[in-house]
Amino acid sequence: MHRFANPAQFNRLADKILPWAIAITVITLVVGLYYALFASPEDYQQGSSVRMMYVHVPAAWMAMFVYGVLAVSGFVALVWKHPLALISGKAAAPIGAVFTLLALITGSLWGKPMWGTYWEWDGRMTSVLVLFFFYLGYMALWQGIEDEDKAGKATSILALVGVVNLPIIKFSVEWWNTLHQPASVMRLDGPTIHTDMLIPLLTLAVAYKAYFVVVFLWRMKLEINERKISALAQAANVKVHHYGG
Amino acid sequence: MTAAVKSTGVFWAVVRRDIKLAWSQGGTGTMALSFFLIAVSLFPFGVGPEPQMLARIAAGVIWVVALLACLLSLDRLFQADFEDGSLDDLALSPIGMMGIAAAKTLAHWISTVLPLVVMAPLLAMLMQLPNEGYLFLVVSLLIGTPALSLFGAIGAALTVSVRRGGVLMSLLVLPLYIPTLIFGVGAVDAVILSADPTPHLALLGAVTLVGIVVSPFATAAALRLSLE
Repeated sequence: MHRFANPAQFNRLADKILPWAIAITVITLVVGLYYALFASPEDYQQGSSVRMMYVHVPAAWMAMFVYGVLAVSGFVALVWKHPLALISGKAAAPIGAVFTLLALITGSLWGKPMWGTYWEWDGRMTSVLVLFFFYLGYMALWQGIEDEDKAGKATSILALVGVVNLPIIKFSVEWWNTLHQPASVMRLDGPTIHTDMLIPLLTLAVAYKAYFVVVFLWRMKLEINERKISALAQAANVKVHHYGG
Repeated sequence: MTAAVKSTGVFWAVVRRDIKLAWSQGGTGTMALSFFLIAVSLFPFGVGPEPQMLARIAAGVIWVVALLACLLSLDRLFQADFEDGSLDDLALSPIGMMGIAAAKTLAHWISTVLPLVVMAPLLAMLMQLPNEGYLFLVVSLLIGTPALSLFGAIGAALTVSVRRGGVLMSLLVLPLYIPTLIFGVGAVDAVILSADPTPHLALLGAVTLVGIVVSPFATAAALRLSLE
Protein backbone atom coordinates (compact mmCIF):
# COMPACT_ATOMS: atom_id res chain seq x y z
CA MET A 1 0.00 0.00 0.00
CA HIS A 2 2.80 2.38 0.86
CA ARG A 3 4.05 1.98 -2.67
CA PHE A 4 1.47 4.59 -3.70
CA ALA A 5 2.31 6.91 -0.84
CA ASN A 6 4.65 8.58 -3.27
CA PRO A 7 2.50 11.30 -4.90
CA ALA A 8 4.34 11.11 -8.21
CA GLN A 9 3.66 7.39 -8.39
CA PHE A 10 0.03 7.98 -7.47
CA ASN A 11 -0.29 10.60 -10.19
CA ARG A 12 1.12 8.20 -12.77
CA LEU A 13 -1.33 5.49 -11.68
CA ALA A 14 -4.23 7.95 -11.73
CA ASP A 15 -3.30 9.06 -15.24
CA LYS A 16 -3.40 5.43 -16.35
CA ILE A 17 -6.82 4.81 -14.80
CA LEU A 18 -8.48 8.09 -15.75
CA PRO A 19 -9.01 7.57 -19.52
CA TRP A 20 -10.59 4.17 -18.88
CA ALA A 21 -12.80 5.50 -16.12
CA ILE A 22 -13.93 8.40 -18.31
CA ALA A 23 -14.72 6.04 -21.18
CA ILE A 24 -16.72 3.72 -18.90
CA THR A 25 -18.61 6.66 -17.41
CA VAL A 26 -19.64 8.03 -20.80
CA ILE A 27 -20.59 4.68 -22.30
CA THR A 28 -22.56 3.34 -19.34
CA LEU A 29 -24.25 6.69 -18.77
CA VAL A 30 -25.47 6.91 -22.38
CA VAL A 31 -26.49 3.25 -22.61
CA GLY A 32 -28.01 3.20 -19.13
CA LEU A 33 -30.01 6.39 -19.62
CA TYR A 34 -31.28 5.18 -23.00
CA TYR A 35 -32.49 1.92 -21.45
CA ALA A 36 -33.85 3.66 -18.39
CA LEU A 37 -35.75 6.39 -20.19
CA PHE A 38 -36.82 4.70 -23.45
CA ALA A 39 -36.17 0.98 -23.73
CA SER A 40 -37.29 -0.30 -20.33
CA PRO A 41 -40.94 -1.23 -19.62
CA GLU A 42 -43.28 0.86 -17.55
CA ASP A 43 -44.22 -0.40 -14.13
CA TYR A 44 -47.76 -1.82 -13.98
CA GLN A 45 -48.50 0.29 -10.91
CA GLN A 46 -46.22 3.30 -11.16
CA GLY A 47 -46.27 3.85 -14.93
CA SER A 48 -43.42 5.97 -16.24
CA SER A 49 -42.56 7.48 -12.88
CA VAL A 50 -40.75 4.22 -12.08
CA ARG A 51 -37.98 5.61 -14.31
CA MET A 52 -37.07 7.88 -11.43
CA MET A 53 -35.74 4.75 -9.75
CA TYR A 54 -32.86 4.49 -12.23
CA VAL A 55 -31.37 7.80 -11.18
CA HIS A 56 -32.48 7.64 -7.56
CA VAL A 57 -31.41 4.20 -6.37
CA PRO A 58 -27.80 4.31 -7.66
CA ALA A 59 -27.42 7.76 -6.09
CA ALA A 60 -28.54 6.37 -2.74
CA TRP A 61 -26.07 3.48 -3.12
CA MET A 62 -23.29 5.91 -3.90
CA ALA A 63 -24.20 8.04 -0.88
CA MET A 64 -23.44 5.05 1.34
CA PHE A 65 -20.49 3.82 -0.71
CA VAL A 66 -18.69 7.16 -0.54
CA TYR A 67 -19.20 7.26 3.21
CA GLY A 68 -17.47 3.88 3.25
CA VAL A 69 -14.60 5.49 1.34
CA LEU A 70 -14.38 8.21 3.99
CA ALA A 71 -14.36 5.65 6.76
CA VAL A 72 -11.73 3.42 5.14
CA SER A 73 -9.47 6.36 4.35
CA GLY A 74 -9.96 7.59 7.90
CA PHE A 75 -8.94 4.21 9.27
CA VAL A 76 -5.92 3.93 7.00
CA ALA A 77 -4.92 7.50 7.80
CA LEU A 78 -5.02 6.96 11.54
CA VAL A 79 -3.58 3.46 11.73
CA TRP A 80 -0.88 3.55 9.07
CA LYS A 81 -0.50 7.34 8.83
CA HIS A 82 -0.75 6.95 5.09
CA PRO A 83 -0.30 10.43 3.57
CA LEU A 84 -2.69 9.90 0.66
CA ALA A 85 -5.41 8.51 2.91
CA LEU A 86 -5.29 11.79 4.80
CA ILE A 87 -6.41 13.68 1.73
CA SER A 88 -8.61 11.06 0.04
CA GLY A 89 -11.42 11.74 2.51
CA LYS A 90 -11.28 15.41 1.63
CA ALA A 91 -11.36 14.53 -2.06
CA ALA A 92 -14.28 12.13 -1.71
CA ALA A 93 -16.57 13.97 0.71
CA PRO A 94 -18.07 16.62 -1.59
CA ILE A 95 -18.78 13.95 -4.22
CA GLY A 96 -20.58 11.88 -1.61
CA ALA A 97 -22.51 14.90 -0.39
CA VAL A 98 -23.68 15.65 -3.93
CA PHE A 99 -24.77 12.03 -4.47
CA THR A 100 -26.65 12.16 -1.16
CA LEU A 101 -28.34 15.39 -2.16
CA LEU A 102 -29.17 13.87 -5.54
CA ALA A 103 -30.73 10.86 -3.79
CA LEU A 104 -32.79 13.19 -1.59
CA ILE A 105 -33.96 15.38 -4.46
CA THR A 106 -34.82 12.54 -6.84
CA GLY A 107 -36.45 10.65 -3.98
CA SER A 108 -38.59 13.64 -3.15
CA LEU A 109 -39.55 14.13 -6.82
CA TRP A 110 -40.40 10.43 -7.01
CA GLY A 111 -42.39 10.69 -3.80
CA LYS A 112 -44.72 13.35 -5.20
CA PRO A 113 -46.47 11.10 -7.75
CA MET A 114 -46.14 7.97 -5.56
CA TRP A 115 -47.09 9.18 -2.09
CA GLY A 116 -48.66 12.50 -3.01
CA THR A 117 -46.06 14.47 -1.06
CA TYR A 118 -42.53 15.71 -1.64
CA TRP A 119 -41.37 14.76 1.79
CA GLU A 120 -42.31 11.92 4.12
CA TRP A 121 -40.57 11.48 7.45
CA ASP A 122 -40.16 7.81 6.79
CA GLY A 123 -37.22 5.74 7.93
CA ARG A 124 -35.21 5.65 4.77
CA MET A 125 -35.56 9.23 3.60
CA THR A 126 -34.80 10.45 7.09
CA SER A 127 -31.67 8.38 7.47
CA VAL A 128 -30.39 9.62 4.10
CA LEU A 129 -31.04 13.15 5.33
CA VAL A 130 -28.97 12.41 8.45
CA LEU A 131 -26.24 10.99 6.23
CA PHE A 132 -26.29 14.30 4.36
CA PHE A 133 -25.88 16.17 7.68
CA PHE A 134 -22.88 13.95 8.38
CA TYR A 135 -21.27 14.92 5.09
CA LEU A 136 -21.87 18.59 5.86
CA GLY A 137 -20.25 18.21 9.28
CA TYR A 138 -17.32 16.31 7.83
CA MET A 139 -16.65 18.99 5.21
CA ALA A 140 -17.15 21.80 7.73
CA LEU A 141 -14.55 20.23 10.01
CA TRP A 142 -12.10 20.04 7.10
CA GLN A 143 -12.62 23.75 6.53
CA GLY A 144 -12.65 24.66 10.21
CA ILE A 145 -9.16 23.41 11.05
CA GLU A 146 -6.44 25.34 9.34
CA ASP A 147 -3.55 22.87 9.68
CA GLU A 148 -4.13 20.35 6.88
CA ASP A 149 -2.60 17.39 8.68
CA LYS A 150 -4.59 18.03 11.83
CA ALA A 151 -7.75 18.54 9.80
CA GLY A 152 -7.12 15.23 8.07
CA LYS A 153 -6.71 13.37 11.34
CA ALA A 154 -9.66 15.06 13.04
CA THR A 155 -11.96 14.25 10.14
CA SER A 156 -10.67 10.68 10.21
CA ILE A 157 -11.75 10.36 13.84
CA LEU A 158 -15.12 11.86 12.95
CA ALA A 159 -15.57 9.44 10.04
CA LEU A 160 -14.86 6.47 12.31
CA VAL A 161 -17.25 7.72 15.01
CA GLY A 162 -19.79 8.02 12.22
CA VAL A 163 -19.26 4.41 11.17
CA VAL A 164 -20.25 3.27 14.65
CA ASN A 165 -23.17 5.66 14.83
CA LEU A 166 -24.69 5.66 11.37
CA PRO A 167 -26.08 2.12 11.67
CA ILE A 168 -27.50 3.00 15.09
CA ILE A 169 -29.09 6.14 13.69
CA LYS A 170 -30.43 4.26 10.68
CA PHE A 171 -31.90 1.56 12.90
CA SER A 172 -33.45 4.00 15.33
CA VAL A 173 -34.93 6.15 12.60
CA GLU A 174 -36.45 3.09 10.99
CA TRP A 175 -37.84 1.98 14.32
CA TRP A 176 -39.23 5.47 14.70
CA ASN A 177 -41.20 5.44 11.50
CA THR A 178 -41.46 3.20 8.48
CA LEU A 179 -43.50 3.87 5.42
CA HIS A 180 -41.00 3.23 2.66
CA GLN A 181 -41.26 0.01 0.69
CA PRO A 182 -38.79 -2.68 1.79
CA ALA A 183 -35.58 -3.13 -0.19
CA SER A 184 -36.17 -5.13 -3.31
CA VAL A 185 -32.75 -5.50 -4.99
CA MET A 186 -30.33 -6.24 -2.16
CA ARG A 187 -32.06 -9.31 -0.81
CA LEU A 188 -30.61 -12.65 0.14
CA ASP A 189 -33.29 -14.60 -1.75
CA GLY A 190 -32.49 -12.82 -5.02
CA PRO A 191 -33.88 -9.68 -6.57
CA THR A 192 -37.64 -9.32 -7.03
CA ILE A 193 -37.23 -6.65 -9.64
CA HIS A 194 -37.70 -7.64 -13.29
CA THR A 195 -34.54 -8.17 -15.39
CA ASP A 196 -35.61 -5.52 -17.92
CA MET A 197 -35.51 -3.00 -15.13
CA LEU A 198 -32.47 -4.46 -13.42
CA ILE A 199 -30.21 -4.01 -16.47
CA PRO A 200 -30.59 -0.21 -16.75
CA LEU A 201 -30.42 0.09 -12.98
CA LEU A 202 -27.12 -1.79 -12.72
CA THR A 203 -25.73 -0.04 -15.82
CA LEU A 204 -26.38 3.31 -14.23
CA ALA A 205 -24.94 2.08 -10.95
CA VAL A 206 -21.71 1.32 -12.84
CA ALA A 207 -21.89 4.76 -14.50
CA TYR A 208 -22.22 6.51 -11.15
CA LYS A 209 -19.34 4.57 -9.69
CA ALA A 210 -17.07 5.23 -12.68
CA TYR A 211 -18.03 8.90 -12.48
CA PHE A 212 -17.02 8.88 -8.84
CA VAL A 213 -13.64 7.35 -9.74
CA VAL A 214 -13.03 10.06 -12.35
CA VAL A 215 -13.90 13.01 -10.11
CA PHE A 216 -12.20 11.44 -7.10
CA LEU A 217 -8.92 10.99 -8.98
CA TRP A 218 -9.14 14.50 -10.37
CA ARG A 219 -9.67 15.92 -6.90
CA MET A 220 -6.84 13.81 -5.46
CA LYS A 221 -4.47 15.10 -8.13
CA LEU A 222 -5.66 18.64 -7.53
CA GLU A 223 -5.05 18.28 -3.81
CA ILE A 224 -1.58 16.79 -4.30
CA ASN A 225 -0.62 19.53 -6.74
CA GLU A 226 -1.98 22.21 -4.45
CA ARG A 227 0.15 20.90 -1.61
CA LYS A 228 3.16 20.82 -3.87
CA ILE A 229 2.54 24.43 -4.80
CA SER A 230 2.11 25.59 -1.23
CA ALA A 231 5.24 23.69 -0.19
CA LEU A 232 7.15 25.46 -2.95
CA ALA A 233 5.52 28.76 -2.03
CA GLN A 234 6.46 28.26 1.59
CA ALA A 235 10.02 27.69 0.49
CA ALA A 236 9.79 30.91 -1.52
CA ASN A 237 7.89 32.58 1.34
CA VAL A 238 4.73 33.60 -0.53
CA LYS A 239 1.17 32.94 0.52
CA VAL A 240 -1.02 30.87 -1.82
CA HIS A 241 -4.77 30.65 -1.69
CA HIS A 242 -6.27 27.17 -1.66
CA TYR A 243 -9.05 26.41 -4.10
CA GLY A 244 -9.91 22.80 -3.23
CA GLY A 245 -13.20 22.55 -1.33
CA MET B 1 -1.88 -1.11 44.11
CA THR B 2 -0.72 2.32 45.19
CA ALA B 3 -0.62 3.36 41.56
CA ALA B 4 -4.24 2.28 41.13
CA VAL B 5 -5.36 4.18 44.21
CA LYS B 6 -3.49 7.21 43.00
CA SER B 7 -5.19 7.00 39.57
CA THR B 8 -8.71 6.96 40.97
CA GLY B 9 -7.69 9.84 43.20
CA VAL B 10 -6.56 11.86 40.19
CA PHE B 11 -9.72 10.93 38.30
CA TRP B 12 -12.03 12.21 41.03
CA ALA B 13 -9.86 15.26 41.60
CA VAL B 14 -10.39 16.23 37.95
CA VAL B 15 -14.12 15.55 38.27
CA ARG B 16 -14.37 17.72 41.38
CA ARG B 17 -12.34 20.50 39.81
CA ASP B 18 -14.52 20.64 36.71
CA ILE B 19 -17.76 20.61 38.68
CA LYS B 20 -16.46 23.46 40.81
CA LEU B 21 -15.47 25.42 37.69
CA ALA B 22 -18.86 24.82 36.05
CA TRP B 23 -20.65 26.35 39.05
CA SER B 24 -18.21 29.18 39.70
CA GLN B 25 -18.74 32.61 38.23
CA GLY B 26 -19.05 32.50 34.45
CA GLY B 27 -19.45 28.74 34.51
CA THR B 28 -21.80 26.89 32.22
CA GLY B 29 -23.98 25.29 34.91
CA THR B 30 -26.36 28.18 35.59
CA MET B 31 -26.37 29.27 31.98
CA ALA B 32 -27.51 25.90 30.66
CA LEU B 33 -30.19 25.73 33.32
CA SER B 34 -31.52 29.22 32.54
CA PHE B 35 -31.49 28.46 28.83
CA PHE B 36 -33.47 25.28 29.47
CA LEU B 37 -36.10 27.20 31.43
CA ILE B 38 -36.43 30.08 28.98
CA ALA B 39 -36.33 28.05 25.77
CA VAL B 40 -39.05 25.65 26.94
CA SER B 41 -41.30 28.54 27.92
CA LEU B 42 -41.01 29.91 24.38
CA PHE B 43 -42.97 26.99 22.97
CA PRO B 44 -46.39 27.98 24.37
CA PHE B 45 -45.87 31.35 22.68
CA GLY B 46 -45.04 29.59 19.44
CA VAL B 47 -47.75 26.95 19.26
CA GLY B 48 -50.42 28.49 21.48
CA PRO B 49 -51.38 27.78 25.10
CA GLU B 50 -54.02 25.08 24.47
CA PRO B 51 -53.37 22.37 27.10
CA GLN B 52 -54.00 19.46 24.68
CA MET B 53 -51.48 20.78 22.19
CA LEU B 54 -48.87 21.40 24.89
CA ALA B 55 -49.47 17.99 26.46
CA ARG B 56 -48.91 16.32 23.10
CA ILE B 57 -45.55 18.01 22.48
CA ALA B 58 -44.35 18.32 26.11
CA ALA B 59 -42.01 15.33 26.20
CA GLY B 60 -40.52 16.13 22.80
CA VAL B 61 -39.97 19.81 23.60
CA ILE B 62 -38.33 19.08 26.95
CA TRP B 63 -36.05 16.48 25.43
CA VAL B 64 -35.07 18.68 22.47
CA VAL B 65 -34.38 21.72 24.64
CA ALA B 66 -32.43 19.66 27.18
CA LEU B 67 -30.34 18.43 24.27
CA LEU B 68 -29.73 21.96 23.03
CA ALA B 69 -28.90 23.23 26.52
CA CYS B 70 -26.37 20.42 26.83
CA LEU B 71 -24.95 21.32 23.43
CA LEU B 72 -24.58 25.00 24.37
CA SER B 73 -22.51 24.13 27.41
CA LEU B 74 -20.28 21.69 25.57
CA ASP B 75 -18.13 24.04 23.53
CA ARG B 76 -16.34 25.20 26.68
CA LEU B 77 -15.76 21.62 27.87
CA PHE B 78 -12.11 21.51 26.82
CA GLN B 79 -11.58 24.96 25.39
CA ALA B 80 -10.68 26.88 28.55
CA ASP B 81 -8.14 24.22 29.54
CA PHE B 82 -6.80 24.15 26.00
CA GLU B 83 -6.37 27.91 25.85
CA ASP B 84 -4.63 28.40 29.18
CA GLY B 85 -2.44 25.34 28.72
CA SER B 86 -3.83 23.23 31.56
CA LEU B 87 -4.72 20.57 29.04
CA ASP B 88 -1.01 20.01 28.37
CA ASP B 89 -0.50 19.41 32.09
CA LEU B 90 -3.55 17.18 32.40
CA ALA B 91 -2.28 15.12 29.47
CA LEU B 92 0.74 14.12 31.57
CA SER B 93 -1.34 12.90 34.50
CA PRO B 94 -1.18 9.23 35.53
CA ILE B 95 -4.68 8.51 34.17
CA GLY B 96 -3.69 9.55 30.65
CA MET B 97 -5.68 11.48 28.15
CA MET B 98 -8.44 8.88 28.08
CA GLY B 99 -8.92 9.16 31.84
CA ILE B 100 -8.97 12.94 31.60
CA ALA B 101 -11.54 12.78 28.79
CA ALA B 102 -13.73 10.43 30.84
CA ALA B 103 -13.41 12.52 34.01
CA LYS B 104 -14.26 15.78 32.27
CA THR B 105 -17.21 14.19 30.50
CA LEU B 106 -18.52 12.80 33.77
CA ALA B 107 -18.07 16.19 35.41
CA HIS B 108 -19.98 17.82 32.58
CA TRP B 109 -22.88 15.44 33.06
CA ILE B 110 -23.00 15.90 36.82
CA SER B 111 -22.55 19.67 36.82
CA THR B 112 -24.54 20.73 33.79
CA VAL B 113 -26.90 17.97 32.64
CA LEU B 114 -28.06 16.53 35.96
CA PRO B 115 -29.53 19.90 37.05
CA LEU B 116 -31.55 19.90 33.81
CA VAL B 117 -32.95 16.49 34.72
CA VAL B 118 -33.89 17.77 38.18
CA MET B 119 -35.55 20.81 36.63
CA ALA B 120 -37.43 18.75 34.02
CA PRO B 121 -40.54 17.90 36.14
CA LEU B 122 -41.11 21.60 36.79
CA LEU B 123 -41.02 22.33 33.08
CA ALA B 124 -43.20 19.29 32.44
CA MET B 125 -45.79 20.94 34.67
CA LEU B 126 -45.59 24.16 32.67
CA MET B 127 -46.00 22.10 29.50
CA GLN B 128 -49.05 20.21 30.84
CA LEU B 129 -47.39 16.81 30.58
CA PRO B 130 -49.93 14.10 31.55
CA ASN B 131 -49.31 12.85 35.09
CA GLU B 132 -48.23 9.35 34.15
CA GLY B 133 -45.40 10.78 32.02
CA TYR B 134 -43.44 12.45 34.86
CA LEU B 135 -41.65 9.44 36.27
CA PHE B 136 -40.53 8.15 32.90
CA LEU B 137 -39.53 11.60 31.68
CA VAL B 138 -37.02 11.71 34.52
CA VAL B 139 -36.01 8.06 34.11
CA SER B 140 -35.50 8.45 30.36
CA LEU B 141 -33.49 11.63 30.90
CA LEU B 142 -31.33 9.90 33.50
CA ILE B 143 -30.60 6.97 31.22
CA GLY B 144 -30.29 8.93 27.99
CA THR B 145 -28.53 12.20 28.80
CA PRO B 146 -25.12 10.64 29.58
CA ALA B 147 -25.00 9.84 25.86
CA LEU B 148 -25.41 13.57 25.16
CA SER B 149 -22.34 14.40 27.25
CA LEU B 150 -20.39 11.46 25.83
CA PHE B 151 -21.00 12.12 22.13
CA GLY B 152 -20.81 15.84 22.74
CA ALA B 153 -17.35 15.43 24.24
CA ILE B 154 -16.12 13.95 20.96
CA GLY B 155 -17.39 16.97 19.05
CA ALA B 156 -15.98 19.37 21.63
CA ALA B 157 -12.57 17.70 21.45
CA LEU B 158 -12.52 17.71 17.65
CA THR B 159 -13.26 21.43 17.49
CA VAL B 160 -11.23 22.52 20.52
CA SER B 161 -8.59 24.31 18.47
CA VAL B 162 -11.12 25.92 16.13
CA ARG B 163 -11.85 29.54 16.91
CA ARG B 164 -15.60 29.99 17.55
CA GLY B 165 -16.00 26.26 17.04
CA GLY B 166 -19.42 26.12 18.72
CA VAL B 167 -21.49 26.13 15.54
CA LEU B 168 -19.18 23.65 13.88
CA MET B 169 -19.47 21.40 16.94
CA SER B 170 -23.27 21.47 16.75
CA LEU B 171 -23.05 20.39 13.15
CA LEU B 172 -20.92 17.39 14.13
CA VAL B 173 -22.79 16.42 17.27
CA LEU B 174 -26.48 16.92 16.52
CA PRO B 175 -26.81 13.94 14.13
CA LEU B 176 -25.28 11.75 16.84
CA TYR B 177 -28.05 12.82 19.23
CA ILE B 178 -30.90 11.52 17.07
CA PRO B 179 -31.13 7.96 18.51
CA THR B 180 -31.10 9.26 22.09
CA LEU B 181 -33.84 11.74 21.26
CA ILE B 182 -35.97 9.12 19.51
CA PHE B 183 -35.84 6.57 22.31
CA GLY B 184 -36.04 9.14 25.11
CA VAL B 185 -39.22 10.72 23.78
CA GLY B 186 -40.45 7.28 22.73
CA ALA B 187 -40.32 6.01 26.32
CA VAL B 188 -42.40 8.93 27.65
CA ASP B 189 -44.89 8.75 24.79
CA ALA B 190 -45.24 4.99 25.31
CA VAL B 191 -46.20 5.47 28.96
CA ILE B 192 -48.70 8.19 28.12
CA LEU B 193 -50.32 5.90 25.54
CA SER B 194 -50.25 3.17 28.22
CA ALA B 195 -47.79 1.03 26.26
CA ASP B 196 -44.65 -0.64 27.57
CA PRO B 197 -41.72 1.83 27.79
CA THR B 198 -39.05 -0.76 28.62
CA PRO B 199 -37.92 -1.46 25.01
CA HIS B 200 -37.35 2.25 24.54
CA LEU B 201 -35.46 2.51 27.82
CA ALA B 202 -33.36 -0.56 26.98
CA LEU B 203 -32.39 0.93 23.62
CA LEU B 204 -31.76 4.29 25.24
CA GLY B 205 -29.42 2.54 27.67
CA ALA B 206 -27.76 0.72 24.78
CA VAL B 207 -26.99 4.01 23.03
CA THR B 208 -25.48 5.37 26.24
CA LEU B 209 -23.36 2.23 26.61
CA VAL B 210 -22.08 2.63 23.05
CA GLY B 211 -21.18 6.18 24.02
CA ILE B 212 -19.28 4.98 27.08
CA VAL B 213 -17.26 2.61 24.89
CA VAL B 214 -16.58 4.98 21.99
CA SER B 215 -16.37 8.40 23.57
CA PRO B 216 -13.30 8.39 25.89
CA PHE B 217 -11.27 6.72 23.15
CA ALA B 218 -12.29 9.12 20.37
CA THR B 219 -12.24 12.18 22.64
CA ALA B 220 -8.73 11.38 23.86
CA ALA B 221 -7.52 10.84 20.29
CA ALA B 222 -8.98 14.20 19.24
CA LEU B 223 -7.47 15.99 22.25
CA ARG B 224 -4.03 14.52 21.67
CA LEU B 225 -4.30 15.71 18.10
CA SER B 226 -5.01 19.28 19.21
CA LEU B 227 -1.93 19.26 21.46
CA GLU B 228 0.44 18.07 18.73
